[in-house]
Amino acid sequence: MIKQFLMNLLLSFIWVALTGSMYYTNFVFGFMIGFGILWIMNRNDTDRRYFNKVPRIISFIFYFLYEMIKANVQVAYDVMTPKYFMRPGIVKYPLNAKTEMEINLLSTMISLTPGTLILDISEDKKTMYIHVMYLQDPEKFVRDTKSGLERRLLEAIR
Amino acid sequence: MIDLLIAILSTIGALAIFFASLGILRMPDFYLRLSVTVKAATLGVGLLLLCAAILFPDISVTTKAFAIIFFLIITSPIAAHMIGRAAYFTGTPLWKETIIDELSGKYDKETHELKNECQTDDPISVEKEQIADSEDETK
Repeated sequence: MIKQFLMNLLLSFIWVALTGSMYYTNFVFGFMIGFGILWIMNRNDTDRRYFNKVPRIISFIFYFLYEMIKANVQVAYDVMTPKYFMRPGIVKYPLNAKTEMEINLLSTMISLTPGTLILDISEDKKTMYIHVMYLQDPEKFVRDTKSGLERRLLEAIR
Repeated sequence: MIDLLIAILSTIGALAIFFASLGILRMPDFYLRLSVTVKAATLGVGLLLLCAAILFPDISVTTKAFAIIFFLIITSPIAAHMIGRAAYFTGTPLWKETIIDELSGKYDKETHELKNECQTDDPISVEKEQIADSEDETK
């Protein structure tokens, strides 16, 4: 997998060298062309994880941006209007992520979504305590985050 | 086209920072203030830097802007986490309308260790974990 990624990077650098403009749009275009070439070349290969993973990571980034903007609008509305709609609370969240890297990425993502803030992670890395701004029901919050953000993140990086 | 994009992005970024500063004034307790400030400021600064990266057709500006956004995204949640944890240790009070606090009483006062309580006292989450584990095995 890492071999294919390096090959893709090499192809995009060749594209940049041939076209001669080191601008990021050109680089992205070269990366896309290289991805297409590699996809055609490895059609009969058994190891196709790389080609599943790249679209997943890109779709995860867009999903995360959408969630972040949605939550930001909610918080901004609450800040602007005089009445408070908040129901804050600290929730216990059992982690599915196993390795330190996964936990790190997951907590960064949860912290960056407005309205949620990581307070602490237990010593054996199984539970996370999250301060949530709009908490209707702790069970529902845990379920939504598990099936939404955490599932997509783990699919993208595993 | 590019001008329009830059106008939209920088307006959203400036508004995000404005709401963050308004949030510092208006939020009722410390955790909510922290929660509002860190994210909105990250989003705002990130969008303004993205505008700079799009505006200047110079590779050095673009790489610098993306590097700053990257490190901002890595570091600011950790800062928020550490500040929030320290505030909880020192006993900063929660807002009076806070509906639930599952972290209370879980800390060891001497060593500041947080024991895992998930398997011991809460049967529902134990069941959930077992279901999740069996799902993992079937995959």
